[in-house]
Amino acid sequence: MTKKFEPKIVSFLCKWCSYTGADLAGINRSQYPTAVLPIKVMCSSRIDPVFLIKSYLRGADGVLVGG
Amino acid sequence: MSLKSRSAMVVGAGIAGIQAALDLADMGVKVHLIEESATIGGRMPQLDKTFPTNDCSMCILAPKMSESVRHPNITIHIKSKVESVEGLPGDFKVKIIEEAKYVDPEKCVSCGICEDKCPVKVDDEFDMNLRKRGAISRYFLQSIPAEYTIDKEKCLYLTKGVCKICEKVCPAGAIRYEDVDKTIELSVGAVILSTGIDTFNPIHFGNLGYKRFSNVVTSLEFERMLSASGPMGGHVVKFNDHKEPKTLAFIQCVGSRDESIDHNYCSSACCMFAIKEAIIATEHIKGLKSSIFYMDIRAFGKDFDKYYENAKNKYGVQFIKSKVSDISENEDGSLTLKYVYENGDIQYKEFDMVVLAVGLQPRKGMPELAEKLDIKLNEYGFCRSDAYTPLTTSREGIYVCGAMNAPKDIPESVVSASGAVAEATKYLRLERQKLTDPKDAPKEIPVAGVRPRIGTFVCHCGINIAGVVDVKAVAENAKDLPNVEHSEDLMYACSPDGLDIIKKRIKEQNLNRVVVAACTPRTHEPLFRETINEAGLNPYLFEMANIRDQCSWAHQNEPELATEKSKDLMAMAVGKAKELKALDRLPIDINPKALIVGAGLAGMVAADTLATAGHEVYLVERENKLGGNMRNIFFNFGKDPQKHLADYIERVENNKHIHLYKNTEVKKIDGYVGNFETLIVEKESKKETTFDHGVTIIATGADEHETQEYKYGETSTIVTQVEFERMLKNKKFPKKPKTVVMIQCVGSREEGKMYCSRICCTKAVKNASVLKDMMPNTNVYIVYRDMRTYGFREKYYTELRDKGTMFVHYSPEKKPEVTLVDEMNPDSGVNVTVFDPIMDKEVQITADMLVLSVAVDPKKDNIDTARMLKIPLNADGVFLEAHAKLRPVDFATDGVFLCGLAHGPKDMDESLMQAKAAASRALTFLNKKQILAEGTITEVNDTRCTGCGYCEITCAYNAIAVDPEKEIAIVNDALCKGCGACVASCRCGALDLRGFTNEQLYSTFDSLALTEELEIF
Repeated sequence: MTKKFEPKIVSFLCKWCSYTGADLAGINRSQYPTAVLPIKVMCSSRIDPVFLIKSYLRGADGVLVGG
Repeated sequence: MSLKSRSAMVVGAGIAGIQAALDLADMGVKVHLIEESATIGGRMPQLDKTFPTNDCSMCILAPKMSESVRHPNITIHIKSKVESVEGLPGDFKVKIIEEAKYVDPEKCVSCGICEDKCPVKVDDEFDMNLRKRGAISRYFLQSIPAEYTIDKEKCLYLTKGVCKICEKVCPAGAIRYEDVDKTIELSVGAVILSTGIDTFNPIHFGNLGYKRFSNVVTSLEFERMLSASGPMGGHVVKFNDHKEPKTLAFIQCVGSRDESIDHNYCSSACCMFAIKEAIIATEHIKGLKSSIFYMDIRAFGKDFDKYYENAKNKYGVQFIKSKVSDISENEDGSLTLKYVYENGDIQYKEFDMVVLAVGLQPRKGMPELAEKLDIKLNEYGFCRSDAYTPLTTSREGIYVCGAMNAPKDIPESVVSASGAVAEATKYLRLERQKLTDPKDAPKEIPVAGVRPRIGTFVCHCGINIAGVVDVKAVAENAKDLPNVEHSEDLMYACSPDGLDIIKKRIKEQNLNRVVVAACTPRTHEPLFRETINEAGLNPYLFEMANIRDQCSWAHQNEPELATEKSKDLMAMAVGKAKELKALDRLPIDINPKALIVGAGLAGMVAADTLATAGHEVYLVERENKLGGNMRNIFFNFGKDPQKHLADYIERVENNKHIHLYKNTEVKKIDGYVGNFETLIVEKESKKETTFDHGVTIIATGADEHETQEYKYGETSTIVTQVEFERMLKNKKFPKKPKTVVMIQCVGSREEGKMYCSRICCTKAVKNASVLKDMMPNTNVYIVYRDMRTYGFREKYYTELRDKGTMFVHYSPEKKPEVTLVDEMNPDSGVNVTVFDPIMDKEVQITADMLVLSVAVDPKKDNIDTARMLKIPLNADGVFLEAHAKLRPVDFATDGVFLCGLAHGPKDMDESLMQAKAAASRALTFLNKKQILAEGTITEVNDTRCTGCGYCEITCAYNAIAVDPEKEIAIVNDALCKGCGACVASCRCGALDLRGFTNEQLYSTFDSLALTEELEIF
């Protein structure tokens, strides 16, 4: 395998703030790494610590919670 | 019986206009929202942050903007102007002119390629001309409607007949140069005006150097500089050397409180605006020193003084009470300010940058608009309205809100907008709206227990996605994902053709779940949900992958990685889709009656408004008399408050829809929006009454502060303003008042009570004026900290100064001292010693009477009311609204509203507006027979729930509680907002959030092709 390592960051984003913020970054054409893989949640308080552990066990290189 | 119509027009789509349109639309009225510019939103989108919460302005406004564009009852007319309003209230005939936009809004996908290629560059007024935009442009990034428009004055083709580049580059073929202006005729019952304000242009003041010196800017320009989406990307630099400023000066009242330019009014918002900018700038630039040059700091709103104190103590903002007379520019671009203290001292100080806190003034074109609409303007050119009818213009059927008739900040604008709607309902036909009959809804294909058959659609969005992402590869890749039966790419998934294809495929392929990879669910999810519903699928069987806003646009230079990410996002969406379940939105019946607690001015106005709209009202008053605090107000600058109070009492007592309970207390309120049950008890007879109602309005008022300061209570010559006003009315004083001293801020703005009572400065000015008119030779001294006669109240302050009243400044560190002239004789008069920090000297006054401007205190039993309704109080013990800026009369709990002094200190006209607003917000519920609960709410697995009650503590909306008999948690569908906090808190895994279940979320990230896999679960 010669493929360069590309990390994957599972990102739980609150529908009301950070998910909208991620949209705005796009509208603004602000560039950031493709590593961020957003998952929309209704509120960051929805996030169970289990989600983070499961993401890591599944192989995620990082987890980001935005709320 | 007046004429009534089912339609209304709102002119001006700033925050006030948007709120008015939304409230009307929610009552079932068809609204035409007319806006002169190319977008709705008004001034708020230009603001970076809002005080005193530092909320991002656009973030809080955007949901209201999208709601108005999606609302089936609202038609937005951008680039439109009202030409004429003819006819009678209830049956106005309106003519509006809609300018040509030269872009087909149905086709434009807002990609912005046209603007990039447009050879013309014009000043961008949204960014206060600090940036350029194309002749074809979108007003700002999140403008709504999102489509581009062409500026016909600037477009090369439309002016010179050459260019046509935008037509060539537009991937959607949306350009139409042949577009023409249109005249539209409408029939409406009522008109609400909310055309807003302009900021003062400081070019008038040559001494301040605006436009002459590069580093002198206005507060609105500075706001754009601070904004992350602004011309400097939020990195404030000086214009001459592009370095960060180290010192910053704000100059207040530029164009306000200035008789020389006929602006003898206070713009109300600029003090807080400047404090906010100073705070934000300090956060942006490390080590920045800000100074604010001011006359009085008018931080009179709810929680404003805490913000002001924070600026001083936490951010080190310096406040200098002096007048800047001149600014000069130095060689290095820095600026030297010459300023004069009240005692005549002249000082000089150097700053890197100067911000002019420009005042608010009537919009350009107001006289012409007034003529077209046949409405009158006031002495300053604002729309004219009266103290007791602050929402009506001089023409019946035309109402006014926002800053169009007086300077207002955002929450006041929102309040006035909802209030104006209540006024307008007089000429609108409101029928109680039914939900569409379930029989009429398309029959849904049952999916429970059926194997998922997913259809995936990948949108090109012209070249917006396809220009970066290999769309075909994403669609091809999706075919191999589990449960995907069909996958294809579409040029524009949201176009009518695209939507038809999706519906066709659902039928052909028996699809039972749909995934669209496209722009963003924020704007397009409702449309796609509706579409699959038309094809017979439950709307919740839809999932969207965000591959434009969060992929192609954010990774423009990495097409391969963006394609890989799109595949991942698609896999995640498919992973979730296979777990999706059909969800029902349960209807909740709404009882059309209302409970109003408190029959002061606010409670009575709210009751009168709701009863006039045909709703039964239970009005409960603790005291034997109606009127609350208004019973103590006898003067209001030439208008008689008692006459108005008597009018309201008569209206309330004689309205058959109002069930009045005096001398009665509310003991218990149970239930939720649409279905409250309340128990009241008559205080003497102990007679209990129970009734049902759909909404609750809290109008419980406030108390006069009981002070022990300044020898209050020791002599009859030391009184409060309320007591003094009664003496003025009866013309009876304990001692002939030849010299009177008034002390301001007694019990306000100090440690533990860090809020301004807002009304006391005006009250002191009012009572002093009455006294001076009654006995012109009386000497009056007002001992104050900041005179906060905001808005048009400023005039009364200057008039009083002209009448020869003395104003003596004091600081809280050295409060005035009061002694009796003869300690043995309480009526001998009082000596007041004040240290004036600005004049740097002690002033001694011997007075016959001392009047204390005592604070407005929250009711001590607010906590009981709060507990009964499970609504919050703030740190001061005042009721806390759902959102300080945009939901000022709502509580986070649906169906409960707030008005009057219970919300915070305010003047009569403000209480009145707020009461109308609360009634109007209540009407948006009362006017519906049913509302639909959200589908995405918490569900309880009864067999797992142990009834521990953790969820109950966690829930911010009181939507979940443990049933004492069943001993398990029960969710109230009407109250649940679907945040999922309870789910995360549940220790036994008994809770789950529909639409975002654990299974669905696991499946989302499990579907990711992650690098390594650890087989543990």
